[in-house]
Amino acid sequence: MTGTVRSDTAKVRSARGDFSPGAVRGPRRPGRIKRIGLPYLLLLPALLLELLVHLVPMVIGITMSFKELTQFYIRDWGTAPWSGIDNYRLSVDVNGPVGDALLHSFLVTVAFTLLSVGLCWAIGTTAAIYMQDTFRGRGLLRTVFLIPYALPVYAAVITWAFMFQHDNGLVNHVLHDQLHLTDQPSFWLIGDNSFYALLTVSVWKGWPFAFLIVMAGLQNIPHELYEAAALDGAGLWQQIRRITLPSLRPVNQVLVLVLFLWTFNDFNTPYVLFGKSAPEAADLISVHIYQSSFVTWNFGTGSAMSVLLLLFLLVVTGLYLLLTSRGRKTADA
Amino acid sequence: MRSIRAAAVGAVTLSLALAASACGGGSSTGGGSNDAPKTLTYWASNQGTSIEVDKKVLQPELDKFEKQTGIKVKFEVVPWSDLLNRILTATTSGQGPDVLNIGNTWSASLQATGALLPWDAKNFGKIGGKDRFVDSALGSTGVTGQDPAAVPLYSMAYALYYNKNIFADAGIAKPPATWAELVADGKKIQAKGKNVLGAEGANVSENIHHVFVFAKQHGADFFTADGKADFANDGAVAAVKQYVDLMAKDKAIPKGNAEYAQNQSVSDFAKGNTAMLLWQSASANLKNQGMSEADYGIAPVPVQSGTPGAGAQANSMVAGINMAVFKNTHNLDGATKFVKFMTSDDEQKILNKAYSTIPPVKGAQSDPAFDTPANAVLKNTLATSAVALPQVAAESQFETTVGTAVKDLFADAAAGRTVTTEAVKAKLLKAQQQMPAK
Repeated sequence: MTGTVRSDTAKVRSARGDFSPGAVRGPRRPGRIKRIGLPYLLLLPALLLELLVHLVPMVIGITMSFKELTQFYIRDWGTAPWSGIDNYRLSVDVNGPVGDALLHSFLVTVAFTLLSVGLCWAIGTTAAIYMQDTFRGRGLLRTVFLIPYALPVYAAVITWAFMFQHDNGLVNHVLHDQLHLTDQPSFWLIGDNSFYALLTVSVWKGWPFAFLIVMAGLQNIPHELYEAAALDGAGLWQQIRRITLPSLRPVNQVLVLVLFLWTFNDFNTPYVLFGKSAPEAADLISVHIYQSSFVTWNFGTGSAMSVLLLLFLLVVTGLYLLLTSRGRKTADA
Repeated sequence: MRSIRAAAVGAVTLSLALAASACGGGSSTGGGSNDAPKTLTYWASNQGTSIEVDKKVLQPELDKFEKQTGIKVKFEVVPWSDLLNRILTATTSGQGPDVLNIGNTWSASLQATGALLPWDAKNFGKIGGKDRFVDSALGSTGVTGQDPAAVPLYSMAYALYYNKNIFADAGIAKPPATWAELVADGKKIQAKGKNVLGAEGANVSENIHHVFVFAKQHGADFFTADGKADFANDGAVAAVKQYVDLMAKDKAIPKGNAEYAQNQSVSDFAKGNTAMLLWQSASANLKNQGMSEADYGIAPVPVQSGTPGAGAQANSMVAGINMAVFKNTHNLDGATKFVKFMTSDDEQKILNKAYSTIPPVKGAQSDPAFDTPANAVLKNTLATSAVALPQVAAESQFETTVGTAVKDLFADAAAGRTVTTEAVKAKLLKAQQQMPAK
């Protein structure tokens, strides 16, 4: 598959070579500029919008992180004194209370993200593989599976918040009143259990996306491969391990990365579930940063934390892409 | 090719730099202007049981104002969950309403941003003078010694709402006047299978209102006289512990209330599941939830011993809503006229009746409507035994950090852990460390 793509690009490259400056060298300069300029011209609107929507706020955020932007200065940012790297020093000083809380929140987020992405992927892939064979009601099941993904986040999470209530919640009703699994009704929205409540909602919300993407990926695996494997006596598990998973590799590479970024940055789920001050056990970094800036009115420190988060995600994404694509190249070779 | 790329990079860098510096400017224009004398925008706070109720109450009054002055007021009722964020955003961008309501505890914090018009003698003169307002309400309008950042609009106080039927059932003759009595009555109420006292354990602001009054009763404060955070002093620790112990030790507050933050405790009380509730101006809310006024009584909030009064006998915060003018207004004269209108004796009577609050304007308080038994308790509390929350710039940070600490302690209590003095002290110390150093 990738082989053909590569030979195609090679062909394109050689074809372009025929028309490259070498061949048409010399004559009209304006034409050349026009030709080189056209892609840039076409990209310009997108570039301007990108600047406006993404880069400008990012640059402002980075600028803010070097300022002492507290309640005394938010009315006129220009007068906020430069604080150098004080905000960063405060954020990474794990012996101080602010840095310590940020580190705790970071570790909670890492654990949460690993578990959530892992479970989303595992459930999504399993479901997609089972949905491969045609059977009665498959279309209906596929639709039902996608409902959590289609629901508006707020409505869905508020419903979960109701279900997790201590006194009247459905979760306690089932676990405690009916199944008698716990000695007494548990608290899900405060205290240590809040981590599991958050994880449950996150997986519930995230796995249909994995299901959707993997299902699309499965359509591209030639059926002959399975037939050949079956003739050679490979069982279901071996078919999955030797054919399905390797063929899904490029799909999974993107899927896991996207899930990771979404989950790590998720703000809506914890915010709607727990409100402005999340319990310590479920203190995700996005809400933590929100609290550090909006609720305590210290936007400089909040921005510094955001920049640190951005750097971390950039490094992880870069390393991930580097490692996975290198692995792919060696596998292809 | 290379030169084009260089030019592109240059252009991008330049535009970024321009954008960054342009946004750094903010809005440095000082006072307001009178560019738009015929319109005003007004952010009202959510005082009724719903935003629709507020619209119905306010619209006729704003029409009246338009008839008198020819100024059209465009208003929006902003829910409490959004109001402070909206004000902060307006402050940062300089794009805000002309007139707005603020929770009176935010006065000093918002005053520090410089976004609100200071009410000096001249501005007060335009609305009839400072003397028209009750002292206790004026005590919650900004840092002492500075010109107020806002003027009082509605006043509220905490009271003990109790279910008469449950009390009669349990053989309790009169509402508890001290905390010890409340705990003792609680045992009788529990024997009848009812919950004793409702609370919003996960509502950060509610927690603050209560522990602040408890601190006063222990002769303590959360800030030193010169405005420095002092959260973990012995009195403050004892105060927080006493409040949390109402759940942890005395079992008066049901464990489930530890996760309440959306006024579920009011619903519990209205449904007759809970015998008592500490709340501010709950009458309209209870009526809306179908509880008849004959079914509940209103008494002053308990104290440690004796009767409510000044100092350690305090039993409520000065709760209420202030009205402020945004400094960047384009209709300064109109905004002042509007504040004058809203704080006039007649309007004060109409609005405070509609919201079951107490007017902070002396001339309106004399109306017989505010002498009903329920309002008499609130009025008396405000006049004699209510204290203003700390009027310091860091007040809103205090609400968040200490309020969250109390929420966490409630979570511990709900999980069945004993709440020790050391644990309370550690939590409060941690809250104090999170406060800005300056």
